Amino acid sequence: MHFPKELKYTKTHEWIRFTEDGKAYIGITDFAQDQLGDLVFVNLPEEGDALTAGESFADVESVKAVSDVNSPVTGTVLQVNEELQDAPEKMNEAPYEAWFVLAGDITETEELMDAEAYEAYAASEG
Amino acid sequence: MELKRTPLYEAHIRCGGKMVEFGGFEMPVQYKTGVIREHMAVRTACGLFDVSHMGEVILEGPDAVANLNRLLTNDYTEMAEGQARYSPMCNERGGTVDDLIVYKMPDGRYFIVVNASNREKDVQWIQDHLTGDARACDVSDSYGQIALQGPRAEAILSKLTAPENIPLKSYHACWDRDVGGIRCIVSRTGYTGSDGFELYAPAEETEKLWDLLLEAGADEGLIPCGLGARDTLRLEAAMPLYGHELSDDISPLTAGLGFFVKMDKPDFIGKAALEAAGAPKQRRVGLKAIGKGILREHQDVYADGRLIGHTTSGTHCPYVGYPAAMAILDAEYREPGTRVEVDVRGRRVEAEVVRMPFYKKEK
Repeated sequence: MHFPKELKYTKTHEWIRFTEDGKAYIGITDFAQDQLGDLVFVNLPEEGDALTAGESFADVESVKAVSDVNSPVTGTVLQVNEELQDAPEKMNEAPYEAWFVLAGDITETEELMDAEAYEAYAASEG
Repeated sequence: MELKRTPLYEAHIRCGGKMVEFGGFEMPVQYKTGVIREHMAVRTACGLFDVSHMGEVILEGPDAVANLNRLLTNDYTEMAEGQARYSPMCNERGGTVDDLIVYKMPDGRYFIVVNASNREKDVQWIQDHLTGDARACDVSDSYGQIALQGPRAEAILSKLTAPENIPLKSYHACWDRDVGGIRCIVSRTGYTGSDGFELYAPAEETEKLWDLLLEAGADEGLIPCGLGARDTLRLEAAMPLYGHELSDDISPLTAGLGFFVKMDKPDFIGKAALEAAGAPKQRRVGLKAIGKGILREHQDVYADGRLIGHTTSGTHCPYVGYPAAMAILDAEYREPGTRVEVDVRGRRVEAEVVRMPFYKKEK
């Protein structure tokens, strides 16, 4: 399992990549996709929707179950990765390229872990 | 309660099975390959399933067939040795105690296969309702059961046994045959909608049979499959699952199983209630999602601005490639082409009533 060093992670298994201009890409981790199994559907927010740190902004569905995806930040959805709707398997195949949303206007950020801390945390959950 | 393990528990761990609780057993929900690839293997090549959690009951005695005809809705009067026949088993209210398969054994006894989660209930029910000279014995712990399912199943089985040990027709079994040196019941049945076999082996030799089959199937694309794929496959084939499309309160007629309910038999448990109820007011239907979203069980279904029923099972069907569900709806909405709306966690998703099964194997 792979946890890129340049990303930050949440306890609910999302990753976040901050850009130089203070925006952030959000997705689910390799551990999350492995636990969920084959993903077949994603329900995404719309551009302009508000994000609240620690609250659900999307959900993903495997053949067996639905899971919420939480936002690590409070802010606004600037861009949505519509490609995931047609190719949900991308979340399994390349979880760190399969970003859900680009967030901006960030006013609050949840407590985040670095790759090393998250790897240890995931191992304890798995 | 302590979870039971099948004779294949160690094999699942070795194969990388992800273990979950089901019907009181620790069972693999999937292997490392994942549900979709396991599902597709069964439709295009072959899959291997542990179904040892199923229960087996032997019914014997001079009045065995009379008891079957009274306990079950199907007719067991005319049956060849080795033949298998599906039936619902009703309670007095016309609800369903379980659905099961009965084989006629070569020695004239009957071999009944019941759902894992209903095993104790069924054995109790059967014993409480036996009349005359007949005995029922739960032999579940003596048997392991492996399902070999998919278009390559026959080719794989042929590597381990002689042609005369392979039943030619669906719903027929060859009894006590040598498969790779193990004495098995070889039945041409399954719960996937694809061709295949169910092999009953002595519990202590089931693991050896599993390994032999995996080895024989390696170059035919055979992979182990878990309960996740078993569920998506049976849903795609629109086969009812007890606790979903059937229950103590759902009659086999509501579930669309009228073919297996022989109302012209003199009597069976539940017949009077089914007669009194008349044509079912609700019916099982197949739904195909038109809007975006995955249909799941226990979701409300609406049409003409009112609640008309609820879904009983639903998922994304990997082979046909769309989200589908089964639902029990007011009978007037059962015609294919009828548009309905399903409440998917607060969002209305449009769906269409379609003919079942969603997947049908080519002849």
